[in-house]
Amino acid sequence: MLENIKNHRGLWVVAGLALLLAFWPSLVPRFYVYLVSLMLVTGLLATSLNLVLGFGGLYQFHHAVFYGVGAYGAALMIKWSGLSPWWGLLVGPLAAALLSLVIGIICVRLSQLYYGMLQISLGSLVWAIVFRWYSFTGGDDGIHGIAVPGAIASVSGAYWFTLAVTAACLLVMYLVINSPFGRVLMATRDNSERAEMIGVHLIGHQLIALVIAGFFGGVAGVLFVVVEGSVFPDMMFWTLSLEILVMCLLGGWFTFMGPMLGAAMMVGLRTVVGIYTEYWTLVLGVILMLLIFFLPQGVLGFIGAKRTPAMAHSRRED
Amino acid sequence: MDATSHITLASLAQQVLVGLSRTTILFIVSSGLSLILGVLRIPNLSHGSLYMIGAFVTYSAAVFIGGSTGFWLALIIAPAVVALLSLAVERGLLRFLYDREHLMLLLFTFALTLVFGDLVKLIWGSDYRSLTAPPLLQGSFDLAGLPFPRYNLFLLLLGPLVALGLWLLTNKTKIGKLAKAAAVDREMVAAMGINVSWVFAAVFCIGCFLAGLGGALVAPTQNITQGMDHTIIMEAFLIVIIGGLGNMWGALLGALIFGLTDAIGILVWPQFAIVFPYVAVVVVLVFRPKGLLQSTW
Repeated sequence: MLENIKNHRGLWVVAGLALLLAFWPSLVPRFYVYLVSLMLVTGLLATSLNLVLGFGGLYQFHHAVFYGVGAYGAALMIKWSGLSPWWGLLVGPLAAALLSLVIGIICVRLSQLYYGMLQISLGSLVWAIVFRWYSFTGGDDGIHGIAVPGAIASVSGAYWFTLAVTAACLLVMYLVINSPFGRVLMATRDNSERAEMIGVHLIGHQLIALVIAGFFGGVAGVLFVVVEGSVFPDMMFWTLSLEILVMCLLGGWFTFMGPMLGAAMMVGLRTVVGIYTEYWTLVLGVILMLLIFFLPQGVLGFIGAKRTPAMAHSRRED
Repeated sequence: MDATSHITLASLAQQVLVGLSRTTILFIVSSGLSLILGVLRIPNLSHGSLYMIGAFVTYSAAVFIGGSTGFWLALIIAPAVVALLSLAVERGLLRFLYDREHLMLLLFTFALTLVFGDLVKLIWGSDYRSLTAPPLLQGSFDLAGLPFPRYNLFLLLLGPLVALGLWLLTNKTKIGKLAKAAAVDREMVAAMGINVSWVFAAVFCIGCFLAGLGGALVAPTQNITQGMDHTIIMEAFLIVIIGGLGNMWGALLGALIFGLTDAIGILVWPQFAIVFPYVAVVVVLVFRPKGLLQSTW
């Protein structure tokens, strides 16, 4: 499905989009700059989830915990350490990667649904600790007014930083998926027994993928701190994790850019719906049901399937 | 941390008893979740929402009817309402998705969670409600010098009854036997000429009834609020994981472990009591990655 990106029309779309994004802050009011920053952050988070979910076949039900830990890692480092804030931005993703390794080691031997249920529970434990540790994390108030580095503190500064980091991260993840490692990972997804039979170290590959995904989830968290200047425990609540899953589903989870597209659509929609009603979750629930019934392969998956009818439409994993 | 110095044998015993009565509610809710997981293989995220709806309906029914009768009738009405709601969802939507992968089913139940959450907000508003138990169950009696709430005793007595009822249902009735068979091999059951779809509907309905019953029973013990669905669903997930997916006795064992570690945690380190059950879960899973008892699949 990656051919979507490689062929010419896809390339033009990407080039046009890159050009638009490059001049975005000089074209639109500040609110829209902020909104696109948020879309990029959420898209990076969704793409990092899709690395293990769509390409690794792991039921990572609670991915937002790495987003939250990345953000809190940066925020706490900036608040308590007294070092340059840039260190905080570095510590966040590393903390997320470490947590991903720990949770991964506990969960990775379990089969799909077991994995997912234990992963979501352990993630909730992290949330509960952050939520209750008032003296250190600020409890349910979170931390506000985080002193991000001056160079990237303004709305457009945060935008440029987010755009550059997101682009770099997407490139790295794209390279990871298309590397021999990525191919082996997809082989473990499609048939783990056969992959093990030909000598693949299954758990090793899955753990590495989890750490990479956790790291980039953490990067997204750090970018959120840069854009928003605050953190709160809802960032790592399990409902957010499932919302990211929905974004992957909406965009198409066997495509590389699908989650990015899904995230952009979802963040945009939430903003628009939020103007009219406070019942956003009701709207989201109905959209999700419609998606499950009528568009299970997502937008990009749908377009891809239309273009190449020979390609298998659905992929069962039971 | 200064609570540590006040732990006496009596307060420990009291806390264990309170923990055991909490176990009853956890068991009722998670046995329903486990039943649905075992037979339908759906990790029903909306189970917590149904629990919350059960609690809110109990409140409304008890207030509407009034008095002790109101409470006792509400204990029956609320689970029935929840069961009917779940039957409507199952027949109307869920049954068309049974041949999809787990992830789609999980996301569908998440969609239900979102919709139910906002529906509760629409109907009952964002304020919390509280319900008092009938006079018979109010107050507490003396237990070796320490007060033990009567309502907790009621729960403590009810737990084994529900377990017995579930055991009779799964082992002695036709629907229970069919459900067990469908859990192991649904194609074979269908090949015997049995309408598996209706077996699934019945099991889903019974499972959700238990969520509603749990919500009804918890109503007088805590504030009925938005968000109580989120707490219980994670606890129920953990309990089902410790016990073994789909195993009813596993749910009982899991609820016991969870309830007791939680109760002792509250005594030892109130702020982070929640950590204790999780540690227990991790320890269990290190030694038995598939849960303590045999899972049904």
